[in-house]
Amino acid sequence: MANTVSLPKVRPDDVPVVISAGFVVVILVLGTIYTLATIGTAPLLTPNYLLTQLQTGSFLGIVAAGMMVVILLGHIDLSVPWTMTAAAMMATYVGGDLAIPTGLAVGLAVGLFNGFGVAYMRIPSMIFTLGVDAVMRGLMVMLTGGFSPRTESTPLMKWLAADKILGIPVAVFVWAGVALVVATILGRTAFGKMVYATGNSESATYLSGVRTRRVVVGAFVISGLCAAVAGMLLAGYSNKAFQGMGTPYLLPAIAAVVLGGTHILGGRGRFIGTLVGVILIVLLNSVVSIMQMPDAARQVIYGLVIIVMLLVYGRTARVTS
Amino acid sequence: MSAITQGSSVSEATAPRSSAILISIKQNRGFYGAIVLLVLLYLVYNLLHPRGFTANVLIANANESAVLCFVAIAQALAVVTGGLDLSVGAVMTLTNTIASWLVRGEPWQIILGCLVTLASGTAFGFVNGLIIVYGRLQPIIATLASGAVAMGLALLLRPTPGGDVDGDLGWAATNSLRDLFETYGLFDDGEAPWLQPIAWFPVPLLIIIVVVGMVWIPLRRTVTGRTLYAIGSSEGAAYMSGLPIDRARLLAFTLAGFFAGCGGLYLAIQTGVGNADISQAGVYTLNSIAAVVLGGISLLGGIGSAVGAIFGAMILRVISFYFRVLSIDPLMQTLVEGVVLLAAVSLGTLRILRVKNRLELFR
Repeated sequence: MANTVSLPKVRPDDVPVVISAGFVVVILVLGTIYTLATIGTAPLLTPNYLLTQLQTGSFLGIVAAGMMVVILLGHIDLSVPWTMTAAAMMATYVGGDLAIPTGLAVGLAVGLFNGFGVAYMRIPSMIFTLGVDAVMRGLMVMLTGGFSPRTESTPLMKWLAADKILGIPVAVFVWAGVALVVATILGRTAFGKMVYATGNSESATYLSGVRTRRVVVGAFVISGLCAAVAGMLLAGYSNKAFQGMGTPYLLPAIAAVVLGGTHILGGRGRFIGTLVGVILIVLLNSVVSIMQMPDAARQVIYGLVIIVMLLVYGRTARVTS
Repeated sequence: MSAITQGSSVSEATAPRSSAILISIKQNRGFYGAIVLLVLLYLVYNLLHPRGFTANVLIANANESAVLCFVAIAQALAVVTGGLDLSVGAVMTLTNTIASWLVRGEPWQIILGCLVTLASGTAFGFVNGLIIVYGRLQPIIATLASGAVAMGLALLLRPTPGGDVDGDLGWAATNSLRDLFETYGLFDDGEAPWLQPIAWFPVPLLIIIVVVGMVWIPLRRTVTGRTLYAIGSSEGAAYMSGLPIDRARLLAFTLAGFFAGCGGLYLAIQTGVGNADISQAGVYTLNSIAAVVLGGISLLGGIGSAVGAIFGAMILRVISFYFRVLSIDPLMQTLVEGVVLLAAVSLGTLRILRVKNRLELFR
C-alpha cells in the first residue's frame, strides 16, 4: 500500500490516492503549526489523538466501504442512514445474544430489497434507495412511536465500539476487518472483477456471460451489511440507538469514496483510496474543530476542499464524440 | 389487427390534430400520468375535506406547495440534462436567509431586496455551472460539495432563526388576488367588477404560473433550451451536431439556482423569517428528486419538463394533506410517503414486460 507512493511511476488510478494522502499530511502539518502557535504543544501528533481519530473514523470507514462497492457499479445507496438506524434499533430492541445477528439480518434484508429494485426492476438506484430510506424511517418511527427506544445496547456492542485491546480501540479492529474483507472481495475474487466490469459496461459484461443482475444485488447486500455493522457500532458507542443517528454519515461517506478516486459513474477506483478518503475527512473535521471555527465555517471549508481536490484530479474527459 | 391499423390510418388522415395529441400522450406518459394522478388525488381530497371545493382550501394548499414547486423546477432543469443538483435545498436555504435580511423597509428596499435575493441564488447556480462545465466534475458530486458551502454561508447569515420580512408582502403573497390588491389599494381594493370572476385565485399559484411562463416556456423554444434535452439524451450526439453544450449546461444550473432562489424568497415571505435548517434543506433536496420522478421526468435525462416537476411536487404535497383530512396518525406519514414513492417509481418497471431483448435492459 505505501510502496505505491515511493514508486517512480504512479499508475493513473493511484494519482488520487497519492494526492489525498499528501493532503492528509498537509492537514496534520497545518494543524500542528496552529496548535504550536496557540498552545505550544502538538497534540495532533500524539498516538492517543490519532487513535481517537481512527475510532471516530471507524463508523464512517465501514459505511464508506460498503458505499464504495455500490458506487463502483455506477449506482448509489441513499438508504444508508436509516439502514444504520434500523439495524441499531432492532439490535437494541431484541437484545441479548441475538442482538448482532438481528442487526445484520436487517442490513441483509435492506440490501436484498435494494438490489432487487435496482437490478431486476431497473429503477434508478438514486430514487429507489431514497424510497427505501423513507420506508425504513417510517417503519422505525412507527415502531418506536417517534421516540428513541429505551433499551440499551448489549455489552458486546459496547465492547466492540468503545473498549480497547492493547490500547487500540476495538472499533478500529472491526473497521480493519471489514476493510480487509471488502478489499479482498474487490481485489481477489471473481465477484470483485465482475463489479468493476459491470460498472464499466453492464451490457458488455452481460454479453460476456456474467449474471450482472446478481452482481448488483450482491453489491447492495454488502452495502446494507456494512451500514448495519456501522449502525450497531455507533449504538454501542453511544449506549443506545436514536432517531437520525445515521443521517450525518451519508454525504461524508459518498465524499470519502469520491475523494479516494472512485469514479462516481462506476468502474474505476481502488479500495485504498477510500481508506485515505475517510481519514482525510475525519482529520479535516477534527482539525477544523480544534481551530474552534463555527459550524458554518466548517461547512464552507468542507465543501471547498472537496471541490478543489476534485478539480485537481477528478475531472472527467471532455466529450468529443 | 388489420382493422385497427386501418382505423388508425383513417383517423390520422381525417383528424391529424387528434393523432398529434395521441402521439404526445404516448411520448409523455409520465407527464400525463402525473396530471391524471394529481387531479384524481385532489378531487378525492376535496370530497373528503369538510370545506372542500372552496377557495380557502385551495389557497392554503397552494401556499404549502409553492416552495417545493420551485425547488422541484430547479431540480428538473438539472435532471433533464442528465445531471442531478444536490444543492437545491441548500441554495433555497441560503436565499431564504438572505431574504430575511433584505426584504423589509420601504417599498423600493423590498423590491431591491427581492431582486438581490434572486440574483444571489442565480449567481450561486452560475458558479455551480462553471464548476461542472469548465471544471468537468460530475454534477452530483460537485453540487454535493457546493451545497455544503451554501449551507455554511446560510448558517453564517442566520446562526439562529430570525428576521423580519415585510408583513404586508407576506399577507399579499400568500392569499387570494383580492387580498393582494386590497393590501396595496389597487383596483378599488380588489373590488373592481371585472376582477370578481378571478378574485379568488391564489397568489402563490399565479406567481408559479408567471415565473414558469416567463422563463421556462420561452426557454424551450430556443436552441439552448432544446440542447438541454439533447445533452440528456445523448451528449456525444449533441456535440457532433454542433449544439452549444457548454452554454446549455451552464444555463441549466444557473436557472436551477434562480428557481431555488425563488423558492427561498417565497419561503422567507411566507414565514417572515430566515432559518438555516440543515435537515430542512436535505428534506427539500430529496423531495425535489421525488417530485421530479413523480412528474414524469426521467432521471436518465432527456425526458420531461419543468411543468411536470410542478405536478410532481403537488402530488407529494397532496399526499401529505390526506393525513390531516383522514386524521391518520402523523407517525405513519413518512412510511406512507415512502411507500407511495416506491409504488410510483415501480410503475416504470412495466416497460420491462415489453422488452424483447434482455440486452436492452442494460443500456
